[in-house]
Amino acid sequence: MSLLEVKDVHGGYGGAPILNGVNMSINKEDVGVIVGPNGAGKSTTLKAIFGLLEVTDGSIQLEGKEIANMQADKLVPLGLGFVPQEFNVFTTMSVHENLEMGAYIRRDDFSDTLTSIYDMFPPLKEKRKQNAGELSGGQRQMVAMGRALMSQPKLLLLDEPSAGLSPRYMMEIFETVVNINKAGVGILMVEQNARQALEFATKGFVLASGKNRFTGTGRELLDDPEVARSFLGG
Amino acid sequence: MMNELIFFFNKVIVSGAVLGSVYALGAVGVTLIFGILRFAHFAHGDMMTLGAFVAFVLAAIASAMGISTFWPTGFIVLPFAMLITAGLALGIDRTFYQPLREKGVKSVTLLIASIGVTLMIQGLIRLFGGVQTRSFFENEPKELFRFDMSWLGSSRSINISEPQMLLIAVTVIAVVALHFFLTRSRLGKGMRAMADNPSLALVSGINTNQVVRATWIIAGSLAAMAGTMLALDVILKPDLAFNIVLPIFAAAIVGGLGQAYGAIAGGFLIGFAETMSVFNWAIMLRPFRDNLPEWLPNDLSIVPTEYKLTVAFVILVVVLLVRPTGIFKGASS
Repeated sequence: MSLLEVKDVHGGYGGAPILNGVNMSINKEDVGVIVGPNGAGKSTTLKAIFGLLEVTDGSIQLEGKEIANMQADKLVPLGLGFVPQEFNVFTTMSVHENLEMGAYIRRDDFSDTLTSIYDMFPPLKEKRKQNAGELSGGQRQMVAMGRALMSQPKLLLLDEPSAGLSPRYMMEIFETVVNINKAGVGILMVEQNARQALEFATKGFVLASGKNRFTGTGRELLDDPEVARSFLGG
Repeated sequence: MMNELIFFFNKVIVSGAVLGSVYALGAVGVTLIFGILRFAHFAHGDMMTLGAFVAFVLAAIASAMGISTFWPTGFIVLPFAMLITAGLALGIDRTFYQPLREKGVKSVTLLIASIGVTLMIQGLIRLFGGVQTRSFFENEPKELFRFDMSWLGSSRSINISEPQMLLIAVTVIAVVALHFFLTRSRLGKGMRAMADNPSLALVSGINTNQVVRATWIIAGSLAAMAGTMLALDVILKPDLAFNIVLPIFAAAIVGGLGQAYGAIAGGFLIGFAETMSVFNWAIMLRPFRDNLPEWLPNDLSIVPTEYKLTVAFVILVVVLLVRPTGIFKGASS
C-alpha cells in the first residue's frame, strides 16, 4: 500500500473543472515532482489533496484511508503537511511562534522536533524571536517548511518552494527537501524549475490541462525527447 | 492653582480613564471579532447592554436571597453575568452568524445581520425590562471616595466613586489577562495565527471552530464587564451602550482593526480626548484672571458637551489620514 494514492481525480472551484483525471502514487521514500505549463492544475492538485477545493470524482487515499474532501484541519493529524506557495508564514508572529503553530495539533512535548528544525535551519534559531514578516524570502521559506514539519507529517506537500528565490537559495531548499525525504518523509512538490527538480525526483508527473501527460522517474522524464521539447523548453 | 489642577484631574483624568476603560473593553471585543471573523460586529454595544441587564437580574436575585457584602452587589455577580453573556454570545453566533458564514457570505452581509441582532436585543430588553432607567444602588449606598489633597494646599479633593475605581481595576486585570492569554496560551496564539492568516491557520491544523468559540466567549464576557461597570457607574437603561457603539468602533479602527493592544490604546485615546475636549480650559486660567484681557470668554471648552461624540470621529479621520491602517498596523479592509 502506497502512502498517497491519487486516482482519476476531477475537481475545481465550482466553475469549470480544473482537474480532469489526475493520477499519482507516492511512497514514503519518494520525492514526487509535479511539473507542467501554467494553468495545468499543478497547485490545484496539491490543494485538492489538502481539502482546499472540491473533488467531484475519483479518490485520494492516505495509507489506504479515503481523504478526498476532508477538511484541512482533519488532515494534519493524519500525517499530511502542506507548505503553500504564498502567504506561508504568520507575519505578525515570531519565528518561534510560527513553529509552535505547526505543532498546534500535538499535545506531547515537541521540544525535540523544535531542536531538530533549528538544526536543519540554523538562521531560524538566531532569529527565533523576530517576527516572520521581517525575514528575507529564503528565510521565510525555511519558516514555512519548518512550520509544516513540526506536526511530524508522513507526507509533505510543497507548492513551488523555490519560487522567487535566488539560484543559490533554490539549491539549498532542494537539498533540504532531499534531506527531509531521507529522514523518512514522503515528498510531493510542484516546481517551476523543472529541470533541477526532476534531477532528484524519484517520481515525476507532467500535467497538462488537468491530467497526467507523462509519468515516470525524474530521469526518464528528463531523457524523454517529447517531454524535453514540450515542457522543459527544449 | 492646586485647586484648579485637582479639578482638572477629576474632570479629565478620572473621567477619561473611566470612559477609556469602557471603550477599551468594548473595542477589544470588536477588534477580536473583526480579526477572526472579518466583519464589523455592530451588535456589540447591545451585547454590553444585555450583559448589564443580566447582571441586574442576578443582583436582584442575590439581594432577594439576602446576599449583601462590602462590595456592590452588581459587582459581586459580575463573573456570573460574564459567563451567561459569553453563553448568549455563543448562542447568537450559532443561530445567526454561523449559518451565514457556512454559506460563505460577504462580510457586509454579516454586518447587516448584526444590525438585525442589534434590533432584536434592543426589542427583547424593552419587552422584558421596559423602557425605564434602573439603578443598581436602590437598596445600597454608592460609595464615593474623597482623597483629601490639603497636603498639596488644595481645598478640593480627588473624587472617585467605588464603581469607577472597580471599573479601572477590572479593566487593568482584563488587559493583563488578555495579554497573557494571547502571548502564552496555545489557544491564544492560535487566535493570533488565525487573525494573521486564516488559510495558513487551517493548513496548520488549528481548530478554527474552537478559535471562533473562544473569540465569542472573550468578546461576550468583556462586553458584559464593560456594560455592567458602566451601568454601575451611571445608570442602567435600554440604550446604555448603543449610544457609545460608534466611539467604540472608532477606538477599534484607530487602534488598527484586529489588533487587541491597538483597541486598548484607541479606547483610552478616545476616552481622554473626549474629556479633554469638553473640559472648560478657562478654569485653568483662573489663577491669572487679574492679568487676562477682558475679551477672553468664560467658556474655553473645545466643543460643547453635547458634541462629545464627534470628537471620536475627528480623531478617527485624522488618524486614518496619517496612518490608514491605524496606530498599530491593522487590517486595511
